[in-house]
Amino acid sequence: MHPARAWRGRSQRYRLEGELCEGCGARLFPPRDICPECQRPARTPYPLSGRGEVYSYTVVYEPPAGYEEQAPYIVALIKLEEGPLISAMLTDVGPEEVYIGMPVEMVTRVLHRQGEHGVIAYGYKFRPVLRRAVTIPSQPASVTA
Amino acid sequence: MQENGHMLLKPARPVGIVGYGAYVPRYRLPGIEISRLWTGGVEPPPVREKAVPGPDEDVVTMSIEAARNALARAGIAPNRLRAVWVGSESHPYAVKPSSTIVAEAIGATPYVQAGDWEFACKAGTEAMQAAIGLVGSKMADYAMAIGMDTAQGRPGDALEYTAGAGGAAFIIGPAEESLAIFEGSLSYVTDTPDFWRRAHARYPEHGGRFTGEPAYFHHIVEAARRLMEALGTRPEDYTYAVFHQPNVKFPQKVARMLGFRPEQIQAGLLVDEIGNTYAGSCLIGLTAILDEARPGDRILAVSFGSGAGSDAFSLVVTEAILERRDRAPRTRDYIARRVVIDYATYARYRGKIVLDTEA
Repeated sequence: MHPARAWRGRSQRYRLEGELCEGCGARLFPPRDICPECQRPARTPYPLSGRGEVYSYTVVYEPPAGYEEQAPYIVALIKLEEGPLISAMLTDVGPEEVYIGMPVEMVTRVLHRQGEHGVIAYGYKFRPVLRRAVTIPSQPASVTA
Repeated sequence: MQENGHMLLKPARPVGIVGYGAYVPRYRLPGIEISRLWTGGVEPPPVREKAVPGPDEDVVTMSIEAARNALARAGIAPNRLRAVWVGSESHPYAVKPSSTIVAEAIGATPYVQAGDWEFACKAGTEAMQAAIGLVGSKMADYAMAIGMDTAQGRPGDALEYTAGAGGAAFIIGPAEESLAIFEGSLSYVTDTPDFWRRAHARYPEHGGRFTGEPAYFHHIVEAARRLMEALGTRPEDYTYAVFHQPNVKFPQKVARMLGFRPEQIQAGLLVDEIGNTYAGSCLIGLTAILDEARPGDRILAVSFGSGAGSDAFSLVVTEAILERRDRAPRTRDYIARRVVIDYATYARYRGKIVLDTEA
């Protein structure tokens, strides 16, 4: 990826920043400046929560150049809490663990590295929601967030 | 010799920790797996296991997650940060700041200072000292200091057992908004070449036993003793203490030398479970302490960085901890998320297998 291309998409790729349609209230991702629902301009930046669930997925065993070190990996369609359906890589989960409907959350990870010398492309991926049920030894009650 | 008051670092305006966040990747390499490969299982490992980053993780991605956790606890808008500083010895670029990527990803750009800090394992606390100064001088209301590493260990070297991955992010802000207030801090630095990595070298070198007495123990003991003298505190005044953790023995021994009991260092001693997280080591220990501390508890945190130096901090926990700590995952949530890997997977994830796929 040319550095200019990575740079143009940094807000959407690093932090899942979409757009809000002031006309009909639709939340858009990726940002496209025109609302596909009502065809009116939609240019208000809108940070998406990053929460959603796996709508469908496939496992990639034959990766394109730049992705070899991560294969096999999962590419999924994620149904976001706010509505949009987006495609993204899954991380911190194996093909044997993933399932349709799995609750996931957005994390920013390395998408690919251009060899030893090129730019490192960072962007959103999704992982299973981090389990929050740790009992702190010095406190008697189990703490669940 | 100077008076104690001159050595103590204390800002004009009282400051503290407004938010904190940790990160540990999910993979673990057991020490016995390293021992099996290189010594036929003869050598007893210095730690049970160490955390290993996944193939799509580095200091930038790990810092972003810790920073998001710190922001969630602080409850402030990211554009109110005036500094995002990342201390590490494994920045993914030699030239190009990690901190600008982190600042952009958390939404702190563009009206913000950003910079990468380097001082071996105390790069993170060095950034914390600077953040205390920035906020304490009223130049800024909020500054973020991160200590994070994906430490490098030469295959077969003693350090391979412990070179782990993880760290923590802290938002420094005004004392009245803080979950823990800095009573004072102190830095102690000399030119001591106990551990180093030359430019372009893949793995670090170290001075073997020389890393102990004149390096780790001397600097931590001096920094901690002088800070306590200056503040008029004693070990028994502290509920918790955390020291840099290159292995299990060193922090246990330095705690004894300073007069701390084992139970005072228990909560922050994570090295047996995640390895030495270098610039993140003392700081992630501090997050585990904050995860369970009560208002009024006093904490001593002392880092050590080879080269060499220590930063010592004395903190008092406030009521705000109770309401803020569960706004983000606790450090033990990350430690409990654990997938054991073998040496082959480790070698692949850490780029020790040459793929030669240069496009």
